[in-house]
Amino acid sequence: MSLLEVRGLEVAFENEEGEDLVVVDGVDLSLKPGQTLGLVGESGCGKSVSALSLLRLLPQPTGKILNGSILWKGNDLLNMSTDEIRSIRGKEIGMIFQEPMNALNPAHTIGRQVDEVYITHQGLDRGQARVHTLKMLQKVGIPEPSIRANEYPHQLSGGMRQRIVIAIALACEPDLIIADEPTTALDVTIQAQVLQLMSELQEQSGASLLLITHDLGVVAQTCDEVAVMYAGRIVERAPMHRLFEFPQHAYTKGLLASIPSLTGPVQTKLPVIQGMIPALADLNSGCRFASRSPHFHEQEWLEVRAPLVEVEENHWVEDCPACGRLNNQSSI
Amino acid sequence: MEELLKISQLKVHFPVKGGIWMRPVATCKAVDGVSLKVAKGETLGLVGESGCGKSTLARTVVGLNVPTAGEIFLDGQKLGDFGGKLGKENRKRVQMVFQDPAESLNARHNVGQILEEPLVIHQIGDSCQRTARVKELLNLVGLPENAGSRYPFEFSGGQRQRIGIARALALSPEILVLDEPVSALDLSIRSQVLNLLLELKNRLGLTCLFIAHDLSVVRHLSDRIAVMYLGKVIEIASAEELINNPLHAYTRSLIDAIPQPNPQVRGKFSALSGEVPSPINPPPGCAFGYRVGSPSYAKSIGQTLALKEYSPGHFVQECPCCMI
Repeated sequence: MSLLEVRGLEVAFENEEGEDLVVVDGVDLSLKPGQTLGLVGESGCGKSVSALSLLRLLPQPTGKILNGSILWKGNDLLNMSTDEIRSIRGKEIGMIFQEPMNALNPAHTIGRQVDEVYITHQGLDRGQARVHTLKMLQKVGIPEPSIRANEYPHQLSGGMRQRIVIAIALACEPDLIIADEPTTALDVTIQAQVLQLMSELQEQSGASLLLITHDLGVVAQTCDEVAVMYAGRIVERAPMHRLFEFPQHAYTKGLLASIPSLTGPVQTKLPVIQGMIPALADLNSGCRFASRSPHFHEQEWLEVRAPLVEVEENHWVEDCPACGRLNNQSSI
Repeated sequence: MEELLKISQLKVHFPVKGGIWMRPVATCKAVDGVSLKVAKGETLGLVGESGCGKSTLARTVVGLNVPTAGEIFLDGQKLGDFGGKLGKENRKRVQMVFQDPAESLNARHNVGQILEEPLVIHQIGDSCQRTARVKELLNLVGLPENAGSRYPFEFSGGQRQRIGIARALALSPEILVLDEPVSALDLSIRSQVLNLLLELKNRLGLTCLFIAHDLSVVRHLSDRIAVMYLGKVIEIASAEELINNPLHAYTRSLIDAIPQPNPQVRGKFSALSGEVPSPINPPPGCAFGYRVGSPSYAKSIGQTLALKEYSPGHFVQECPCCMI
């Protein structure tokens, strides 16, 4: 049974004229216990907004969920009262944000910020909470936790701050961790440390992880399954190995081809994806990548949305004639 | 090999102010004794973690920071002084592309004005010739000619970076300093800009100092790569040699820390423990040995760690604790 099941999620933001701009357009996701799902896409594709919707944390009053359902252990999060969803946030679902400096309160010591989780969700008093906090800080690799707990976020380095955010997210041993670009703000060496820490902690607790990233390298190293998002939609979803070995959608193929590698040829032209990401205000109803695909030649493809089809077990692709599996066969 | 840019024993120190009178209480040694040579037409990549001094070095080369000690030579001529008339001539020869195109372009000027400004400052050509040059520049970086009358906010990130590149090329500089030119760009746009840089470099025979934290990007564009750590260059070699045969433990760990987009090598990436020590209060011995707690760290205290040529063109800082 799925732990989290998102069906037909549609999220919109209201602009100044009062019109709804749809930024997430019919997204389906499902996560099994213990699984790591990577959600990949470029900025503005709706991956962070999807994640925020899962916890009903969309900026108010402009952000709204128009349609769809988010089933958490069988219950729809969208029908829950504010109190009910609060008891899930931080307790059953933990969240790790991109910029640790913005996610932490600069006016409170880090110890107090971790304590808060235990006090709120487990009803412990300050003294008991601090005992748990120190254990947790130790677990995420903070040296001398009892001294560090009394320091403020600005006294720590970026990598240490992200460890604190991880400690807060994992304090109540949640069943699901949502990590939104957890390592993008970090150096490559510190990124490796944080990724290793996350996968160790995940293994110990058996939690599921929804990892949002734009870095396919991070995906290849950490995920079991991958969903590729483009302009508000999931265009391809597959087990991680299959996505890298047998990509179907033209966008996925383009992304994979355009990364300079450590072993490939140097100082030669990289394959590029032509054109650019469409603006939110003028999204078409059909395939949004079609006009950037080399196989595009029917205007109609921009108007009719192609269905997701299963090309092999668990491997789904949006079956647009220009970008989907058909062009795959014709081009080879 | 004709060397165009020579940096010798360059030091850039910043005072750290503190106390109620904001008096200097310490020195931040951002760049601490760097010597580099870049040949004509060559691209030298500079990599390292944030805070290692790579951006300070770049800014010093274009004259945005004043060196505390050491000299920079361009074509055998000293580049140290950027003030006065001579300085203005010097600035023309070295230009820079910045990391974030959204912040480095004047939002109140249209693209034509942005590209024309360097020409106006250096009094090159009349208005007609300058307009023609702007068109030429737009063509060069693959933007439409009518872009000149539009404003930076009307462009996407990748296009804005093209404008930044065009501006840097306006004065036909001999050296182009690129400070993380693609790290603010999206994946599908990044390869477009990398291709543009590669093409320009070949077409115009540019000499580049390419700074980035992403080794795979640096390797793609550079002939040689220098690795910086805490204000010092610890290893220099040709791009291929450095990646395939790193001699310094820090270079090795930088390479190993990159998560490769290839599931076949999953689990092989490894994390380096510890963090970069502060450049304000650096450890007495080898800064890297100190970080990883190397058992032979104590041996490096009090030694002068100098670059040594191990094989032709492959220099590495000789240190008792970090050699592979």
